[in-house]
Amino acid sequence: MSSKMINSILEDPEFKELARQKNKVSLILTITELVLYFGFIGLIAYNKPFLATKLSAGSATTIGIPIAVGVIILSWILTGIYIFWANSVYDEKVKRIKKRFGG
Amino acid sequence: MPTQAPQTVIGTLNPIAILCFLLFVAGTLAITYWAAKKTKTASQFYAAGGGITGFQNGLALAGDYMSAASFLGIAGLVSTKGYDGLIYSVGWLVGWPIVMFLISEPLRNLGKFTFSDVVAFRLKQKPIKTAAAIGSLVTVLFYLTAQMVGAGTLIKLMFGLPYESALFIVGGLMIAYVLFGGMLATTWVQIIKAVLLLGGATLLVLLTLDKVDWSYGKLFQMASDKYGSSFLEPGGLVSDPLDAFSLGLALMFGTAGLPHILMRFYTVPDAREARKSVFYATGFIGYFYILTVTIGFGAAVLVGKDAIMAIDKGGNMAAMVLAEFNGGSLLLGFLAAVAFATILAVVAGLTLAGASALSHDLYVGVFRSGKANEKEEMKVAKAATIGLGITAVLLGLLFKGQNVAFMVGLAFAVAASANFPALLLSIVWKRFTTAGAVTSIFTGMIVAVTLIMLSPTVYEDVMQAAPKKELVAANDKVAGIEKALKAADITPELKATKEAELTTAKADAATKKTAVKPAPFGMKNPGVFSMGLAFLMGILVSLMKREKTAEDMFESEKVRTYVGIGAEGANKH
Repeated sequence: MSSKMINSILEDPEFKELARQKNKVSLILTITELVLYFGFIGLIAYNKPFLATKLSAGSATTIGIPIAVGVIILSWILTGIYIFWANSVYDEKVKRIKKRFGG
Repeated sequence: MPTQAPQTVIGTLNPIAILCFLLFVAGTLAITYWAAKKTKTASQFYAAGGGITGFQNGLALAGDYMSAASFLGIAGLVSTKGYDGLIYSVGWLVGWPIVMFLISEPLRNLGKFTFSDVVAFRLKQKPIKTAAAIGSLVTVLFYLTAQMVGAGTLIKLMFGLPYESALFIVGGLMIAYVLFGGMLATTWVQIIKAVLLLGGATLLVLLTLDKVDWSYGKLFQMASDKYGSSFLEPGGLVSDPLDAFSLGLALMFGTAGLPHILMRFYTVPDAREARKSVFYATGFIGYFYILTVTIGFGAAVLVGKDAIMAIDKGGNMAAMVLAEFNGGSLLLGFLAAVAFATILAVVAGLTLAGASALSHDLYVGVFRSGKANEKEEMKVAKAATIGLGITAVLLGLLFKGQNVAFMVGLAFAVAASANFPALLLSIVWKRFTTAGAVTSIFTGMIVAVTLIMLSPTVYEDVMQAAPKKELVAANDKVAGIEKALKAADITPELKATKEAELTTAKADAATKKTAVKPAPFGMKNPGVFSMGLAFLMGILVSLMKREKTAEDMFESEKVRTYVGIGAEGANKH
């Protein structure tokens, strides 16, 4: 690929929009994951009694158990959200750009 | 009521285990033979020619990541410590979304075979490849040592096979897989192992749930009845908030800096398949950790902590004990063979990653300035595989009987501190320079290793193992007496004796304490400092002097990162 074509792709408004959007989605999802996990760690460090709360009277299960499992499941769901966005929106745009520039 | 230690065949030669294991070996060697015919070029050796699908790679990533340490270790931790064990299983999963959102696609689009290709993409090849290869090798060697020592010990526990023979079997087989079958054979070994491990763990969980009326509520109720409600609450494992945060950082970002994991993204044809593979891997690994937690609680409830710890103090045999309880020696044999296969698959992946750092990064990238022909590179890669395989066995022999659990933590800390910051900055930051990257890698590595050596985990528990053990025992005694004193129905006479005992025990504990030199660095996890400093130094040094060529190339790198135009397909040669 010539440097001229790289430059014209870089100047292309659709490419600029693509890069901006991709960064935004990655950043939002990364921050969500960080909040999710370090929120959990924060509860362990600062609020153990909350995690030790029983789910209901007469139940031995503490709220900490579904929360821990929930962090695992939500993490996976976040990767699913990314895949869904990337497959339906991102890849389509990439395809269009590639087509226009004959890449 | 004292828990009766059940009759167990763990630790004796189990014919079913041996049969299952031989079947696994025969199958994987047949695959290696098939793969050997397809492994002629460097791209086939390092990256299976880029012909693995996203789903297959997802399973293989899970296979690479679900080590025996996480299967046996987490189940053991949960069975002996309860809720605290869960904290680790969560920590080991949460790095995967980060890999997907920040790393997987640019990694696939910018590199060829290793992550140092990406860091070196627009920086100076020789210094970057040298530093990144050292970062990879240090990570791989710590991880490998922990796996090899674990392998020898576990196989001895499970099969009654001598430690040394176990190491030779593991070493010989992994060399065979990697040497002849390259990445293709290694990938299929991982896939088979992942399927066996997921299937075996699922079966074990179903049998366990059958015993508790298919109710998690009942399982936790039984655990709480047997060990008190504190078993289902976070306890003392994570006490200092900064230490907890630091551990979390290393677990989370360590995953995104493990060379054997990063290398797997070159086995798929493009970035789309790369991201797909992380989705599958995260699902499999998350499911697996939920299973191991269930196995841990099941073992604690159905078999009992004491019986588990009677076999292995660390609780590592919890899953095996539960297997024997649920399915007799048949299920025990099957799962023991699966655990053996697990170790084998993980060390094969590590060896391949180490060999790539030596041959692709150091030999070709540095000594031959990137110009070596295919034949020559393959020769070096194969020699490196044999060398690393032998090194792994020697490390296993050298550290026999040592407590090496800290080395897994160390591998994660180095991966998070030396490899991850440089990789991330090289992808996202235009001003990042060669000097900045090299400083960042070495800062992260040196700070992580030094602080762990000076932490209580190594300085007290490993280097002063004997006096530390006495101190812990003395402290436990004090705690035991204090607990007895708090009992409501204590008689005045007994109270007086116990109080006298307490004074002696406390004095004893105080003397024992003076025998242990306290660690200079008080935290168990250095991640917050080592990773923080790696980022800080990388940024500061980069800001001091600009690198014009690197900044110019950042623009063309962008087209490749986002659109994938110009991305070197490992399959397009």
